[in-house]
Amino acid sequence: MAAESMSGRETGTTLVKRGLAEMLKGGVIMDVVTPDQAKVAEDAGAVAVMALERVPADIRRDGGVARMSDPEMITGIQQAVTIPVMAKARIGHFVEAQILEALDVDYIDESEVLTPADEAHHIDKWAFTVPFVCGAVNLGEALRRISEGACMIRSKGEAGTGNIVEAVRHLRSIIGDIRKITQADSAELFDWAKQLRAPLPLVREVAETGWLPVPMFCAGGISTPADAGLVMQLGAEAVFVGSGIFKSSDPAPRAKAIVEAATNYRDPHILAKVSRGLGEPMPGLEIDGLETRLADRGW
Amino acid sequence: MKVGVLALQGAFGLHEQVLNRIGVAAVQVRTPEELAEVDRLVIPGGESTAISKLLDVNGLGDPLADRLADGLPVLGTCAGMILLAAEVVDGYPGQHRFGAIDAAVRRNGYGRQSESFHAPIDIEGWESAFPGVFIRAPVVESVGRDVEVLAELDGVPVLCRQGSTVVSSFHPELAQDDRIHRWFVEQDWSTGHRWFVEQE
Repeated sequence: MAAESMSGRETGTTLVKRGLAEMLKGGVIMDVVTPDQAKVAEDAGAVAVMALERVPADIRRDGGVARMSDPEMITGIQQAVTIPVMAKARIGHFVEAQILEALDVDYIDESEVLTPADEAHHIDKWAFTVPFVCGAVNLGEALRRISEGACMIRSKGEAGTGNIVEAVRHLRSIIGDIRKITQADSAELFDWAKQLRAPLPLVREVAETGWLPVPMFCAGGISTPADAGLVMQLGAEAVFVGSGIFKSSDPAPRAKAIVEAATNYRDPHILAKVSRGLGEPMPGLEIDGLETRLADRGW
Repeated sequence: MKVGVLALQGAFGLHEQVLNRIGVAAVQVRTPEELAEVDRLVIPGGESTAISKLLDVNGLGDPLADRLADGLPVLGTCAGMILLAAEVVDGYPGQHRFGAIDAAVRRNGYGRQSESFHAPIDIEGWESAFPGVFIRAPVVESVGRDVEVLAELDGVPVLCRQGSTVVSSFHPELAQDDRIHRWFVEQDWSTGHRWFVEQE
């Protein structure tokens, strides 16, 4: 909720919420489960950390209900680093979001990686001062989340797999449809809105600007510098790396290499240089063998 | 004239958009070769820790220090201001401080994201206020005698100049207002202008 105080200062507005997402562009946001990992991430040049109890690969392995993290560990991570700290709430769990806002996190991820709390409704994100990021597998989902107040979209990919194929599928779907919409005439936009199950004004905005009204980052399956380069060249504006760093054999150099790749994503010589000698990436999973597809969560 | 935008991380794309909107050809700067070709440089907002490390990775630390010493006109917003300041209070160890402006700044001095805000900024000599957008912004704690404070908010400097170095703790690239970019690009810095005059 926007508020006004001294000198006409307004907080919590769409401008300042989307503004922080703009500042994270070209950067890498890393999942961390301890203050020590958060320091490794910051030292490697991460632009933000996502504080959570288990990385997606462990959530997938352990099963059970995955919930918001313990406030104590979130606070510990906030004290350990100076970069922004994000945290995850379950889809539709607006009270977890209220708690995260009370903890003064910098961004909330209403995330399909956690077990959904509501199978029909997402959080009304306009009701919060803290900004939200949400996942999307296609343009319709992205625009529905934006209509609910999300100020950053991340293509979902398939978290915890170390497999980039779903991230590529989702990015291509979103960006491909944006390209088509910019070619549509005004009558066709009504049909696009219907097909996408998205509000017409947002569809029109995409048609006019050729992009989402908020930044779009990529998540779910990035585990090498080449993966980061791939999704950035496809059009992602920054990357989230979940299990890919701290499930690898040597996290610190890999974290640094992915940061360098996100900046120099168009330069294959630099990508070659930073990809050398990083040890074993996280073990990957075939999508067909998965019991749970996290990306299917979201409505 | 070629205006470069340091494109290592952050809001460089938005600065480019503003520059293009006012008819200036902006180029992204990621390498020493690209830096050597620009006549003016914008250092955008972003995470100063990340940008500082990437300056080293891309071999830009020394070349940028040299060009700043030679008087390259530079506009640093938010993280850009932190990198250009002489002193960073509670700074990250090893972070670049180019000292192009004699100011002490505190990172995230205005607080976390919940404290991010926008507010009208009165700039001396300008007819209307400038929309200042502050995102986890740095606070200017003190400035040296050679620094000209061009705008304050609640008694704290938010827009400053020393020589051809201009810094703001807010983000002009997030405002739908081109005046600061226009002024930075059109000003003839070689004559050492003291007065901040609104451009037509």
